[in-house]
Amino acid sequence: MSIRKSRDWFSPDYMEQRSKKESAYGLHPLDCYLRKDRIPHIWCPGCGLGVILNSYLRALKNSDISPKETAVVSGIGCTGRTAGYLDVDSFHVTHGRAIPFATGLKIGNRELVTTVFSGDGDLFAIGGNHFIHAARRNVDFNVICVNNFNYGMTGGQAAPTTPKKAQTSTTPWGGFEQPFNLPGVAAGSGAVYVARWTAYHVEKMIESMEEALNKKGFCFIEVLSPCPTGYGRKVGLKTGMETMKYYKENSKIKDGADPTKVALDPDDPECEIIVGKFVDKEAPTYQDERGEIFDQARNELGVK
Amino acid sequence: MMKPGTYFMEGNTACAEGAIAAGCTFFAGYPITPASEILERMAKRFPEFHGSYLQMEDELASITAILGASWAGRKAMTATSGPGFSLMMENYGLGLMTETPCVIVNVMRGGPSTGLPTKVAQGDVNQTRWGTHGDVGVVVYVPSSPQEMFDLTIKAFNTSEKYRLPVVVLSDEMVSHMTEKVDIPKKEDIEIVERKKPEEPPERSLPFCPDEDLVPPMANAGEGYSVHVTGLTHDEKGHPSIDEETQNKLVTRLIDKIRKNADDILEYEEYMVQDADIIVVAYGSVYRAAREAVEIARDKGIKAGLLRPITIWPFPEDRIYDLAKNGTDNFLVAEINFGQIVFEVERCTGGAANTYLAPRMGGNIHTPEEIVDRMEAIEEGKIPDFKE
Ligand SMILES: Cc1ncc(C[n+]2csc(CCOP(=O)(O)OP(=O)(O)O)c2C)c(N)n1
Ligand code: SF4
Ligand SMILES: [Mg+2]
Repeated sequence: MSIRKSRDWFSPDYMEQRSKKESAYGLHPLDCYLRKDRIPHIWCPGCGLGVILNSYLRALKNSDISPKETAVVSGIGCTGRTAGYLDVDSFHVTHGRAIPFATGLKIGNRELVTTVFSGDGDLFAIGGNHFIHAARRNVDFNVICVNNFNYGMTGGQAAPTTPKKAQTSTTPWGGFEQPFNLPGVAAGSGAVYVARWTAYHVEKMIESMEEALNKKGFCFIEVLSPCPTGYGRKVGLKTGMETMKYYKENSKIKDGADPTKVALDPDDPECEIIVGKFVDKEAPTYQDERGEIFDQARNELGVK
Repeated sequence: MMKPGTYFMEGNTACAEGAIAAGCTFFAGYPITPASEILERMAKRFPEFHGSYLQMEDELASITAILGASWAGRKAMTATSGPGFSLMMENYGLGLMTETPCVIVNVMRGGPSTGLPTKVAQGDVNQTRWGTHGDVGVVVYVPSSPQEMFDLTIKAFNTSEKYRLPVVVLSDEMVSHMTEKVDIPKKEDIEIVERKKPEEPPERSLPFCPDEDLVPPMANAGEGYSVHVTGLTHDEKGHPSIDEETQNKLVTRLIDKIRKNADDILEYEEYMVQDADIIVVAYGSVYRAAREAVEIARDKGIKAGLLRPITIWPFPEDRIYDLAKNGTDNFLVAEINFGQIVFEVERCTGGAANTYLAPRMGGNIHTPEEIVDRMEAIEEGKIPDFKE
């Protein structure tokens, strides 16, 4: 029993606050979703991640989804650190594996409102195969991909999303690989909801996140995000503010645009950005389809 | 589960039935010889139990999906063979670090690489112990018959729930594809262990604070505990930490959790070791040939005995030391590899006995005669120890 005593680290004060969580936090309406003792976060000044996380929490709140019914799964990277700040069931797994983990979690307990929150490298380089298969299966969870065009966490290396002309720490002479068009990949793989926003489009982003949270099936939201540390400073967007300005001035909202035709110009890191909701369709989810087949099987087997 | 009774059953089928009897309701896998029959059996049987069978895109996904399902409160399993097991090493580590109960079946075939897909080998024994990076404590069961495919799969689930870790059932092609008598007991005669749940309310719970048995109680997702689970080094709250002290405390506990509970976990079988001059150490399919070899040797007047690790990890180290100290001169390890467990046996004898190897590269098991020949040569001082 001696080991258990170490739980006494909680001060009575803190205990009281925790037990009256909503009101006691009270400092911010979204505090109930955050692990207060984990703040401040590790993200750089000017990083877009704070805005995007805030938007996600507002979408949860607006949708009346309590922390208790929420689960967030992240891979590895700056974006991957999101899970650790949320006072919900939160999982920070291995690099690239957020999607298969979420697949097991969601199919294991369909009551959990599950979101994968991870980076472009995590979801589309090392985890790319898992992404296309989860979309194909139409497993019922949301994927929020923070695309900062590079591997932020490891020091600004080239990612599968990096525009060709951009210089990174592993493309010191300039890039030459063709980047992915993420909405095209998602739509082509079967996602029932596909949208792209930038960290500048806060209201639109929240609206999309709410829609995804309330929609059944595999929903994908790409959010372009400033990474002044890893990427911006090498392509002439030195600060978060400059990147936000670029997003503001160069984004065009085209809801319903063909997702295969919204690729960013790989030769121009300051190209026009088409944002909007590209796909919002109905399709039976993995669990719906399996449920039907299994019901038939149980009929045949004569069991309930 | 299946109706109790006596069946004529293949090893892999018995493994799937063992899992179902243990309460497994989630299976994720990727087809591979010689493990596919486990997937197929699960896929067929699961609708009846409202279980989930998922055919994943690869083994990275298969193991990660079962970790997710385990946190959703399910008893979960995957099955594979060497090439898939290699892919699983990454998230085997995640499961060990996050103390996630689940079961991984590895049906060994000839390696390295794609190797000998349809034939037996035992080349993955050390991979189960050392294959994932970092220091870990692991539990690995090695069945020798279809009956044990059933029994040890249940045990693997129980141990995984009790000690909160992924447990490996390390079968081989021979045992998995062998059809033999399997007794399925009554439900009430099967011991089933469930994970410990926290007694404290969520606001007081420290999700990675262990009890005296070094195992922390486990709250599943959706139970209101807002548990944070990370593969990073973490403190008792589950929060990442980069200090040396936290690393030291966590990794030591994860290893001690197995080491200090080894008496409870460890299993081995002995045969005629009391007066033995020479003890054959064999496991899995080879055990079957080794047992016959010991009988033949006894008929020939050799004082032979047999030691079979049932848990290959933790290994019966103290027992081997005792035997070496108390009169056994020679240990002969018969395994289908170029020598893996032989090093463990040599280490455990502490120099008090000689250690020899009867190796095989895979494709078939040893014949009893070949093991007897080896014993005779050792008794006559004709073969050097395994390193020479
Ligand atoms: C298997 C493995 N390979 C490499 C790494 C190192 N690593 C950590 S984060 C990361 C890239 C993250 O990039 P992204 O997903 O875009 O996230 P960001 O940091 O940009 O948000 C890499 C390569 C790792 N943790 N695991
Ligand atoms: S490196 Fe980039 S993505 Fe990471 S925290 Fe800093 S600005 Fe954000
Ligand atoms: Mg990135």
